[in-house]
Amino acid sequence: MPEHTFSILVDNKPGVLTRVTGLIARRGYNIESLAVDTTEDPRVSRVTLVTSAEDVPIEQIKKQLNKLINVHKIVELTAADSVDRELVLFKVKATVDQRPELIQLAEMMGGSIADVGTDTLTIEATGSHEAIGALEDLLRPYGIAETARTGKIALARSRS
Amino acid sequence: MTNVTQADTAQKNAAQTTAAQALVKALEDLGVRQVFGIPGVQNIDIYDALYASSIKHVLARHEQGAVHMADGYARATGHVGVVFATSGPGATNTVTGIATAYMDSVPLVVITGQVSTTAIGTDAFQEADITTITLPITKHSYLIKDAAELLLALREAFYLARSGRPGPVLIDVPGNVATSPLCYSGSKGEPRLASYRPTIKGNARQVRAAADLLTQSQRPVILAGGGVVSSGAAEQLVHLAERLNIPVVTTMLAKGVMPAAHPLFIGQPGVYGAVRANAVLQHADLLIALGTRFSERVTGAAASFAPGAKVLHIDIDPAEIGKNIRVDLPLVGDVATVLNALLAEFDKRGVGDVPAHVDSNVQSVSGSLFEILANEVGEKPPAPTGSYPEQILDILDELLAKRDEVIITTDVGQHQLWASHRLNVSRPRRFITSGGLGTMGFGLPAAIGAQVAQPRAMVICVSGDGSFQMNLQEMAVAAVHKLPIKVALFDNRSHGLVRQWQELFLDGRFAHTLLNPLPDYRALAHAYGWAFRSLRTTGAAASGPTLSKRSVQQQLAWLLNAAGPALLHISIPTECLAEPMVTPGGSLTDVIARSAPTQPSGESGKERAHA
Repeated sequence: MPEHTFSILVDNKPGVLTRVTGLIARRGYNIESLAVDTTEDPRVSRVTLVTSAEDVPIEQIKKQLNKLINVHKIVELTAADSVDRELVLFKVKATVDQRPELIQLAEMMGGSIADVGTDTLTIEATGSHEAIGALEDLLRPYGIAETARTGKIALARSRS
Repeated sequence: MTNVTQADTAQKNAAQTTAAQALVKALEDLGVRQVFGIPGVQNIDIYDALYASSIKHVLARHEQGAVHMADGYARATGHVGVVFATSGPGATNTVTGIATAYMDSVPLVVITGQVSTTAIGTDAFQEADITTITLPITKHSYLIKDAAELLLALREAFYLARSGRPGPVLIDVPGNVATSPLCYSGSKGEPRLASYRPTIKGNARQVRAAADLLTQSQRPVILAGGGVVSSGAAEQLVHLAERLNIPVVTTMLAKGVMPAAHPLFIGQPGVYGAVRANAVLQHADLLIALGTRFSERVTGAAASFAPGAKVLHIDIDPAEIGKNIRVDLPLVGDVATVLNALLAEFDKRGVGDVPAHVDSNVQSVSGSLFEILANEVGEKPPAPTGSYPEQILDILDELLAKRDEVIITTDVGQHQLWASHRLNVSRPRRFITSGGLGTMGFGLPAAIGAQVAQPRAMVICVSGDGSFQMNLQEMAVAAVHKLPIKVALFDNRSHGLVRQWQELFLDGRFAHTLLNPLPDYRALAHAYGWAFRSLRTTGAAASGPTLSKRSVQQQLAWLLNAAGPALLHISIPTECLAEPMVTPGGSLTDVIARSAPTQPSGESGKERAHA
């Protein structure tokens, strides 16, 4: 099933996220990723939500979300018409010998070192979902102990 | 000067009021005249404020009953029904009632008590998270954590409940919020919600396209749903049908939007629909769907529904467009407003002469199409005289036709289907039934609500023994308030519609559908102070009625003339079926019609019951 990214502006009030996610769960769909925080207007939050569904049910989900009183606006973003980023933290197993190559690797991929432990390195990276996936592939051979991802955030591209 | 003085006085008075008092005052200003509910610890202060109010209150015996009463009240009048319930079980008891109203788009405001804000989340006594519980069955809900939010929430709740596609709204008020000081400084008009703007006017280009479709089609059919009732579009619907000579079928919720005797009225379609109504839909080349959501009870198998028809869907809820049925031309807006625009478009174009081809369609509909369909399905259509309970309902219909103001409510099951086919209704809001959720136990409390709303109307509840036993405690309310509700109770000593499925599809294995011949309804009526009579019939459905039409008439006339609440117990054979019906999962032409029962006596057979 194709992935769909929604950018949803909602009231910044308690329970609103439950309304949004509950609606998607009730209609039988899984949320692949979810990122929420306030916008330039503190009364409004932006929810960036990724879900997988065929086109017909996705249209229905969109319409049902639009019916929620706390939802102001909902836009479906496509890769072509939006910029998206994800922040990730990878805690990678690293002996002292492996540190230099891992640091180099992280920097080559646009990441940086967030924390150093005796036998681990925590690498921070920002990028598209795909770019982070590529970094993950490169780090996997070293052994990824833990991962934390923010989920996708996205904005529509400005028309030039 | 005067304004300043008034404001001063209001300020002084307001300073002494609690949020509960402000709430009741605001309800008065919102035009609320009637509340249904039950008090408890967490809404005791709201009730205390109500004590001093001009708003009338009906004390239900169970919160589910209270919500159905408010629902019946709302459906009979079009006004918002209001419910008070306390926290915890009081609130959770409202759930079935709220879901019933949500499915049928009925405007309700349910105000529940909640444990104090300091106790929320501690699993306090009688705490239930009712706003979360009701998320999927309310149009919107509010948990009021600060009294300052209460009055705006209340105005929004009423506005949301009745505007756009109507529905229930819940407001949860913690006990300590209700006792907080709160000023009430008068009504402030319609609230504005930036994120809620229902589309009322149809898009002008779509209206023109709709007019094109209508004038081009050869066999158009109007499918009218509950939205025609809530929009108040019955008059426009009849104008449109008459102008282009279009046959009309109505869903169960729309019953009455077209006078039953109108020559263009065909009947009710659906999986338990009239064969004629289904035939018209299946042979249409244009379906004009008005305020309807294409429930699978109406469409049967969606893929084979109205196979040759283009679909013009007019509805105020954009989410209904294309949800269940592919739509060729969507027209989002209020049905009455859109139909007015469409009729104006016909004025402009000078359309209005009856096209001959449409006329011939109506002729074929009323005659040969029925036969064609009957041949197609390879079954004989059911005898026009109907089954035994249907014959009783025909007699009831004759008697009701002589009355002016009649409101019929039903419960859910076979009797509901028989009643929807046999009782003719010629005005909207006169046939009140739980269509979407199919809530057994709805009929009696809904009748109470309707009678409270329309004291001069004759309110009759057609019920079944299974359904009636699900909310019969509300008999007390009818007796206490001397509401002359008439209940025609069809007793087949079973959950008849489920039993019917077991007979037809599960080889007569009647797993737990047969109810014992209990209770003693005479004693029950007596216990609640109701008048009672019994219409006893014997023999299998196939052998025909054993009572004369005259004695049925006599007993029904007694029921209709009773001064107070009255119960007519009508014992019917267990094996009577609700027919015709479409095979489960089948299309509207896959009709099952059985002329004789396969079991001579339902009481024996392969019953399994609790020991």
